[in-house]
Parts: sequence; structure tokens; C-alpha cells
Amino acid sequence: MNNRIQTIFAQLRAKGEKALIPYIMAGDPTLAMTESLVLALEQGGADLIELGVPFSDPIADGPVIQLAAERALHSGTTLKNILATVTNLRKKTSIPLILMTYYNSLMAMGIKDFCANAVQAGVDGIIVPDLPPEESDLLYHTAQAAGGPVSIFLLAPTSTAERRRAVIQRSHGFIYYVSLTGITGAKLTDLSLVRQSVQQLQRISRKPVAVGFGIASAEQAREVGQFADGVIIGSALVRYISEHHSTPTFLTDIQGMAQQWKSVLLPVTAKPSAIRSQKA
Amino acid sequence: MAIIPDKHGRFGQFGGKYAPEILMPAIHELEQAYRAAKESRPFQQELRDCLNHFVGRPTSLFFAERLTKTLGGAKIYLKREDLCHTGAHKINNTVGQALLTRRMKKKRIIAETGAGQHGVAVATVAAMFGLEAEIYMGTDDMERQALNVFRMRLLGSKVTGVNSGSRTLKDAISEAMRDWTTNVSTTHYLLGSVLGPHPYPMMVRDFQSVIGRETRKQILALEGRMPHCLVACVGGGSNSIGLFYPFVKDTQVNMIGVEAGGYGIESGKHAARFAGGKPGVLHGTMTYLLQDVDGQINPTHSVSAGLDYPAVGPEHSFYHDTGRIRYTSATDAEALAAFDLLAREEGIIPALESAHAVAEVVKLAPTMKKSQILIMNLSGRGDKDVQQLAKMRGIPL
Repeated sequence: MNNRIQTIFAQLRAKGEKALIPYIMAGDPTLAMTESLVLALEQGGADLIELGVPFSDPIADGPVIQLAAERALHSGTTLKNILATVTNLRKKTSIPLILMTYYNSLMAMGIKDFCANAVQAGVDGIIVPDLPPEESDLLYHTAQAAGGPVSIFLLAPTSTAERRRAVIQRSHGFIYYVSLTGITGAKLTDLSLVRQSVQQLQRISRKPVAVGFGIASAEQAREVGQFADGVIIGSALVRYISEHHSTPTFLTDIQGMAQQWKSVLLPVTAKPSAIRSQKA
Repeated sequence: MAIIPDKHGRFGQFGGKYAPEILMPAIHELEQAYRAAKESRPFQQELRDCLNHFVGRPTSLFFAERLTKTLGGAKIYLKREDLCHTGAHKINNTVGQALLTRRMKKKRIIAETGAGQHGVAVATVAAMFGLEAEIYMGTDDMERQALNVFRMRLLGSKVTGVNSGSRTLKDAISEAMRDWTTNVSTTHYLLGSVLGPHPYPMMVRDFQSVIGRETRKQILALEGRMPHCLVACVGGGSNSIGLFYPFVKDTQVNMIGVEAGGYGIESGKHAARFAGGKPGVLHGTMTYLLQDVDGQINPTHSVSAGLDYPAVGPEHSFYHDTGRIRYTSATDAEALAAFDLLAREEGIIPALESAHAVAEVVKLAPTMKKSQILIMNLSGRGDKDVQQLAKMRGIPL
């Protein structure tokens, strides 16, 4: 139960804050830069970080993350050296790290080996977009036996009540609510529906709910932060990295961006966060 | 023998539903709709009518007399799927799924295509049923198969180029899945082979099994006995499973699937999943894949765009591992020689895909007894490949 993900969400709830969860593609442009980015994001106020594992055929991702994966593969990134990067990072930071990876990358390493290696490196959670709960038995039980990483499943606007229950039951770090019917980086238009769905989830589960897919601005982050426990920023950040990584002030700018996003997730009025932390 | 797939869509360890959460409810809806349609007499009647009057079924089972004499062994029959409307077996499946789309009250279909044969079959049924269609095709394939792109557009479909990854079939499938994810409530994904998440491998197999059911009746009527051997090419594997499936329980019937050997297995440039692949997950299903040690999908090569794909249908993986079907491969060069042979011996220009099966027949028939019967699925006609061949041979058209 001493998982870093669960601990951070408990701490944030106590403070009335919402989690800032940036997503970056590991190895884009290089793994050395990934290490620096993790530290800069943490400095800026990120609470957890998602590391994308590049895959040649990412069916759930839009063009921004597809291209990032291609660049990462081109720079020689593999699951093995991502785990080595995590091992390095663990000497410098204890921020919760979550891998987002397609299932085939895990199968290629072997599910048992992956779980053992991930625990040893210090990976806290895992999200596998092409592994719905009904196919997750092997990974779920193997990870549990290895003592981690905890599984995080996605819920979508299309998910039925029955599927919601399965996802809630199997998600341990948090529940990843997909804010739109589409792929990563698509345009998010209707936040009121997202609010309804997340609040509906919170009525039946106490597990933290983080919202992702399509959140591109601090303004959207602020709105989502009013009802969700965490906000995931992916494509917008990945695009920024691809366009600016060679400017001299890049890492300071990234830190500044994280600061800006985090500032809208701090308690403004005590009211909404107080209700949530009572429940927790 | 247990019924396959099981209720989870598993063929042994293969198959399943490895799809993003957003698609799971649609996959479930499709599964329900398909099961209901399978039991529905009016649906089956409608399907039969379409196959008979629009597609032109039954297709003939043709005794290839000259080829038999030339090869000097087994008696060779060709199942003439090249005679189907649009020129290949693909339409057996698109007609079935279009009827299902109507039952599900969806108005839009999307599809992927490699060589363009499935795309043309989709565009055809979209026109016939009055559905809106968008077909994804790798930009490299669009260039290679410009004629089929034009045909799809003539039929009123939108053809969208896919510029990511290797710009071929696998990237077109990824893009179609992304479209489906985005438009899932209005759109049916009309997948063209025995691939993807359950129920696709089962459903497409069932729609294609008309090939084997007819063949069985026809050979018994013609010869009064079962064939010794069945041969078909295997890309995703829909024409082969369509022929094989109704014979799976007849253990005296041997079955051989022919994959694309490209420049040869040792060259590494091929699409022979059973020669160079290992189990993994791609595009919603667990099956044999051509991949590197880190699980990245390898580029494939075949002279035939329809066989140029890194995964094979999960049911094939199951039959491969159980030994029920034997899998082999034919190289580009062997397929091209077989292409010429069939054209000259029998007056039939086969699709380059089907020419891979012909290449295996050339190797196999002479080793068999004259009393034995060999049936090959001639899955499509070669008109679409004529331009490519002329170009390869330096002949200006």
C-alpha cells in the first residue's frame, strides 16, 4: 500500500490540490533529455509523470504522439533503456513515474521479466492503452505478485456501467478518464459532459480520477481541476518539446510551463477541495 | 474438437480483444449484432440473395487439365474466386458486413486497403447499399495501385492517404482504427481480413466460409470423394480460412497456407510470419507477428501488396501451433513464374497474391499421385497487377 502514486494523491487531497500529470515521450529527442525534462517538470510543480514508451504502431495516439514515437525510436529508445533511465532518475527524484506502453512492448520483454525489472527500476504505475480489463489478467496478477507496478486503466465516455465497475476494480494508482471519444491530442470541446462523467465516477468510487486526452491549455486544466483529482497534459507538451528542445532556455521554459499549469490546480477557494478531502 | 473461438474470442492462446477502451462497447455491440444476424433467417436469406445475384455465386470449381498434365501429378482443381464481382473473394465479406451495418443502423463505413481489392469491394457495397464510405490507404500503396484508387473514387468513396509509418497496409489499419475511435457511434469499421479484435476474425471467417462450403459440395459432386490437399495464399488469411474452415474436421484433408517469401526468408525481406515471427499483439489481436527483439513491428516486403502485412489471422496461428495446417512460403520470383505459367497453361491471369498459391501447387502436385486431388483457391484475378508487371518488365503501356 506504500505505492508512491497512492501516497501523492492522499497528500494532495489533504492539501486541497489537484495533481498535475505531464506526459512526455521517453527518448524524444533523447533519453538524456528525458531525464532533464522529468526533473524540470518536477521543479515546476508536476506531481506525477507519465513516460511514453515508443511503439511503431500506436493505434490510440494522434499525429503528435505518433511522430514523437517515431523520433524516439529513431534515437534508439527501447523499453530496456527507458527502465535504465528510470533507475538513474531514482537517484535524483522520488516523483511517481508511470509508463504508458502498448502491450506488445511488454510481451517482447516477457510479462514476468517486465514486472520484475520495472519494480527494480522504480516504476510506480503502468497504463496500457490496448489492454482492456478483460485481457489484463496476466499482467495484473504478475505485477501484483512482483509488488508493482500498479495498473491504471482507462475509462471512456463510451464505457458502460459494467465496464466502469471492472475498470474501477482493477485500477490502483488512479482511474484515467479519457475526456473525449477520440485519440490523443484531439480537440476537447465539451467539458460539461466530462464533469458529469467524472462526478458520476466519484460517487461510486473513492479512487482518484485523472482526466486526459485533449487538454491543451492552462484554462482547460483549471476547469478540469475543479472536479477531477488530476489533469494529464500530453500532446500539447509533446508538441512544445518537439518545437523548442534546442532553444537555450528550453528547460527553464518547461519548468515555467509546469508552474503555470500547477498554479491553476492549487486551491483557490476552500470549498470544492474540502468536500473531496472529507470523502477521501 | 472444441468450438473456436471461445466466448472471449480466443483460438487457443491467440485472438482476443486488445482494443482501446473507447472501442470496447462498439466491439461488444458488433458481437451481439453479428450473433443475432447469424441466427436470423431473414438475414441469412438476404445474404444468400446478395451473394447469388450481386456477387455471382456459386463460383465454379474448375479442373485445370493442362496444368495437371504439365505438372504430371495430382489432379488440380481451381476454386474460381477470381470470378466474383470486383474480381476477388473480398466481396463475400463486404456484402455480409454491409448488411450488418444496415442492421446496426449505422450510415457510415470505413475500411483499410493495401492492394485496393478490399477497398474496391467496400466502395462497391457502399454504393449498392447507399452507405457513406471512407477508405484509408498508405500513400505508397496509393501510388502502386493508382488504378484501384480511381475505381474506389468512381464508385463514390472517399480515399484518404495515410502518410505515417511505412505508408502501407498496417498504417492504413491503424488510421482506420483511429477514425473508428473518433466516430464510433455513427460508423462501422469494415475490416477486410480475419484480423483485429474479436469478433472480426470469427465473423470474417464465417462470411468467407462460403468458399469452402461450395467447394466441398462441388468436389463431392464432381469426384464423389474428398480432396487430398487444399492450397491457398495467406496474407491476413481470409481467403485461405474461407476455403479451409469447412474442411478442418476432415482430418484426411491436408491444408497448406502459402505466405509471401519476398526476396527469400534468409534475406529478412518477406512477409512470412510463421517463418520469422513470434506471438505478439497488433491491431487488437494476439497472433504471430514479424517484430524485432523489442517488439517493434518490422517492415515487410512482398511483390504482392495484399500479402504485405506483418501479422496473420489469429486462427491461423492456432492451426499452425496445433499442426492442423502446414504453412510454407513462395518467393516473389516463384510467384511471378507461377503467374506466367497459369496465364499460359489455363488462360487465367491470377492476382499476384493467388500466384503464391500457384507456386506451391507447382512444387507440390508433381510429388502427389495422379489419383489424388489438389484444390487451390484462386482468390483473385490479376488485372490489377498487369500495370505493375509491365513496369517491372520495362514494357511501356
